[in-house]
Amino acid sequence: MTQIHPEMPLLARLLGVDGVRHPKDPASAHIARSLWQVAQAILLFGILAWLIYAGAAAMEYRWQWYRVGPFFYRIIDGEFIPGPLINGILVTLQLAGISSVLSILIGALTAIGRMSNSIAGRSIATTYLEIIRNTPLLVQLFMFYFVLAPIFGIDRFWAGVLCLAAFEGSFAAEIIRGGIQAVERGQYEAADATGLSKFDKYRYVIVPQALPLILPPLTGLLISLIKHSAIVSVIAVSELTTEGLNLISDTYMAFEIWFIVAGMYLVLTTSLSIMVNILEIKMNRAR
Amino acid sequence: MSNTSARPQPDPDTLIAFEGVGKWFDQFQALKDINLSVKQGARVVVCGPSGSGKSTMIRCVNQLENHQQGTIHVCGREVYGNMKQLEQVRREVGMVFQSFNLFPHMSILQNVTLGPIRNSNLSRSEADDIALHYLERVQIADQADKFPSQLSGGQQQRVAIARALAMKPRVMLFDEPTSALDPEMINEVLDVMTELADDGMTMMVVTHEMGFAREVADRVVFMDEGRIEENCGKTEFFAGGRGERAQAFLSKILQH
Repeated sequence: MTQIHPEMPLLARLLGVDGVRHPKDPASAHIARSLWQVAQAILLFGILAWLIYAGAAAMEYRWQWYRVGPFFYRIIDGEFIPGPLINGILVTLQLAGISSVLSILIGALTAIGRMSNSIAGRSIATTYLEIIRNTPLLVQLFMFYFVLAPIFGIDRFWAGVLCLAAFEGSFAAEIIRGGIQAVERGQYEAADATGLSKFDKYRYVIVPQALPLILPPLTGLLISLIKHSAIVSVIAVSELTTEGLNLISDTYMAFEIWFIVAGMYLVLTTSLSIMVNILEIKMNRAR
Repeated sequence: MSNTSARPQPDPDTLIAFEGVGKWFDQFQALKDINLSVKQGARVVVCGPSGSGKSTMIRCVNQLENHQQGTIHVCGREVYGNMKQLEQVRREVGMVFQSFNLFPHMSILQNVTLGPIRNSNLSRSEADDIALHYLERVQIADQADKFPSQLSGGQQQRVAIARALAMKPRVMLFDEPTSALDPEMINEVLDVMTELADDGMTMMVVTHEMGFAREVADRVVFMDEGRIEENCGKTEFFAGGRGERAQAFLSKILQH
């Protein structure tokens, strides 16, 4: 990890190099090397872009970027009409939002089960974890959609939500358990010695100390949940990826639309992680 | 008082009674046939080489470690299994740890009030009064709004003592309370403990501070290899009425 110091030269700071002056390695050489590395990256991306462009030209692909506007939205008689891509990302947000809440709930319950003294609790939690982690997500989705959904009368959207929640919940469980177990043993002992009940011990002593350890990996989980939500397109839930597929089968503009869909996921996930970074900085400052 | 054999319960004056207690960590036997009783107002210092089981023994009193053999009675209740009963016992027994174990996310005041508020259903202001009273007693009331990480080790340990006292325990357990402290802070903690003893608090103290033992203890228990080797009055212990091992241990730690 490079350390960024406020005293570092501006360019070095922008490039994220450490700015430490080694005896045989003066700062100018450092900056020159950093510039060369940036140039390398730009060159590589340039070559890639050119390869794609040249390849598409060779197969006589007709780029039609001018047509993509209405895929987002149209304005008819001053009225805003969302297009398939906007509708799709709204469904994706809904899907990811509901299943992230559920997955944290499932994760918390499973973590409690795994750490409990009850044999039933431990064995149920462990069985759940082993099944979810050792079968493919796609197969789980088919199980939810073709087996559980008809049995319990669930529609495709909720089948997708529940499948994602069950899948990510298994990872949330381990994150939560890890955070709780990382709290020092002395804290448990002090809470016990004070005579706190088990609930009070966790509520007032353990969980408040575990939360700062749990939150960062948990947000990583939510980001991967947004990405994994694309898989429910195979059961035709009308989220972003499904809308992309439909657009392509209508317009044959595969290249443009996949670039746009990927870009929209990218914007969603990076803005989420930027928000989380800001939140973390604020939390650290509050302490 | 010098009773090390099993005695019938309950004797209202006996606050802690070990009877034939054994404890194993896997294959390793940490405690062997421990018999010990601590009466109301007694000040027992437990010493011995490291690994002799003294911390394990004191931690059995409030069941931070559980024993596998024999019985332990605290304030007339047997400690074993039943969580509700154990919580009751723990509220009668205050404990101070080697590494302080203050709650780092709470202010000093909150550290001390947590027990009274959660366990005795006191209102915040009642609990604050109690907490400030005990913080004053350990001379640290002016730091009430700080957080543990802002205090020195000696100050933290005094807060830990106040936290234990705020539950108005009948017995105080000290598990090497000065071992993690810088030398210049040891005395401020020992002074608080001496004051506590002068007020008649029943205390069980695991420590290497022989000066403190000499001044405050009325009994000295010497442990070695999981057994109680000596259990005698302070004067007797320091006057040389002790076995070979205790002699060897004492000469080692008193050399400096």
